[in-house]
Amino acid sequence: MYRIENTQQGEKYNTIFSRTTPAQRRKRNARSRLRSRVLLSLYLFLMILPIYWLINMSLQTNSEILGSMTLWPQNLTFDNYLRIFNNPSWYMGYVNSMMYVSMNMLITICVALPAAYAFSRYRFIGDKHLFFWLLTNLMAPPAVFLLPYFQLYYSVGLFDTHIAVALAHCLFNIPLAIWILEGFMSSVPKEIDETAYIDGYSFPHFFIKIFIPMIRSGIGVTLFFLFMFSWVELLLARTLTATNAQPIGMIMTRTSTASGIDWGTLAAAGVLTIVPGILVVYFVRNHIAKGFALGRT
Amino acid sequence: MNNKVQNNRAWLLVLPMLVLVAFSAIIPLMTVVNYSVQDVLGPNARFFTGTEWFESILNDSALRAAFARQILFSLTILAIQVPLGIGIALIMPKRGWQASAVLILITLPLLIPWNVVGSIWQIFTRGDIGLMGWGLRELGINYNITRNAGDAWATIILMDVWHWTPLVAMLCYSGLRSIPEAYYQAARIDRASKWAVFRYIQLPKLTNVLVIAVLLRFMHSFMIYAEPFVLTGGGPGSSTTFLSQSLATMAIGQQDLGPSAAFSIIYFLVILLVSWVFYTTIMHMQKDKNPHGGA
Repeated sequence: MYRIENTQQGEKYNTIFSRTTPAQRRKRNARSRLRSRVLLSLYLFLMILPIYWLINMSLQTNSEILGSMTLWPQNLTFDNYLRIFNNPSWYMGYVNSMMYVSMNMLITICVALPAAYAFSRYRFIGDKHLFFWLLTNLMAPPAVFLLPYFQLYYSVGLFDTHIAVALAHCLFNIPLAIWILEGFMSSVPKEIDETAYIDGYSFPHFFIKIFIPMIRSGIGVTLFFLFMFSWVELLLARTLTATNAQPIGMIMTRTSTASGIDWGTLAAAGVLTIVPGILVVYFVRNHIAKGFALGRT
Repeated sequence: MNNKVQNNRAWLLVLPMLVLVAFSAIIPLMTVVNYSVQDVLGPNARFFTGTEWFESILNDSALRAAFARQILFSLTILAIQVPLGIGIALIMPKRGWQASAVLILITLPLLIPWNVVGSIWQIFTRGDIGLMGWGLRELGINYNITRNAGDAWATIILMDVWHWTPLVAMLCYSGLRSIPEAYYQAARIDRASKWAVFRYIQLPKLTNVLVIAVLLRFMHSFMIYAEPFVLTGGGPGSSTTFLSQSLATMAIGQQDLGPSAAFSIIYFLVILLVSWVFYTTIMHMQKDKNPHGGA
């Protein structure tokens, strides 16, 4: 109601001061809204086009892909997908990726929550330096760490395990999680903490029972970002695995054989890597805008 | 940020995180430093070389060229993505089911594994089976990313714009959403033009998120690896070989421990310098916001 009243008031002021009539103005507004809708649709269309092409190819046989230019599948086939679902060496790639991503999300959120709380509530010796050092890890090029990681995980016997990739991805995911969570936590008034302590809550009790439920949308958004950056990274995941924990992105390179590239299967595998992302983003769609601002708006 | 309590026991809360990040950052970094000043010939044969590797890396003309390409690439994509991202954020619907649908669609490219992004564009731009490659050829344009360096560059930039503009757009969108409706009403009463609304209401609100966007985009573009590796393999020749790829080739492909370690350190120092500049900028901006704050 408040908004409607206000707009009407604005309308009144406008009729007093402006030379254009409300009808003209509404028409102009409608035209500019139409123009932005057209521009947005155009952008979305161009953005979807490469993805559409991948989906299109994944539903065709190789002979149709190579034979002629078809804008949509003439003989719809799901063989490419069936081939992936029926072959353990294919679908295990997805299982491997999922496993290290979820391990990484779990480890990261467990250590990032208390750390972010410390950064948002307390001042302590070296806090600013520590925060800056964390940020530099977020910015560190994975290529720099390739060789030492390989040697480190090889020497401690973790090479080619899921946990190795999960730990390696902590390098950039922990700083990111702390950065986002700190923003969300800082928007919770400090008085809540103080009241809880006066009421006799111990820190762990307060933190788990009261504080975490209060920032659960922030945690959801953080998990989304953790998923995103661990899911899309391949350079480290590829270097730290050989056979048992190989990510799907690496298995995809197997489609190029001596007899040429199996385009249909490659496209189907690519489409399947997009699906988990869509599912995850669907769950956090209402909070995602705040998450992108690192919880600071 | 201004009413924090001084309490050094907070270190206990930070400790688990510190142990983990130290394991995955400090130990590897020390290994790199160790290698960068030694010549390792075998398990028991290593010699101290001092700054020799650093000198050879700094004088390597191929790496210098890769560095110049890297800077050019990062600046180009920033110049395209930042204005485009702001523009998209301005025309995104603000509420209703359309807003949700557009949000999900726009974030889509961000959630695709980076090598799959490379594959998508490799397929899309092929002359025989890709829509774009085929379309351009039908139009009579001689387009070939494996032969023509210009085409390869244009395609990589187009791919990066496709891939990462959503991040800038999402950051700006979240910045715009935090502007109270009353500001716009005040502007309407003042009969402010669209440009004035953008310049004096929207842009100031956006500076905060834009600094983050530029920081993230610069950093990520500075370590780009998988996408050009899959799309062009660094070619034709070495025209699209960026820093990460040079480093990966040197470290994993040729196993040149010393030079690649020295290269890693120089690479990391450049990143560190840029991060520091951005970090101080962000901190200054926060200080300007609450001038009475201690931090």
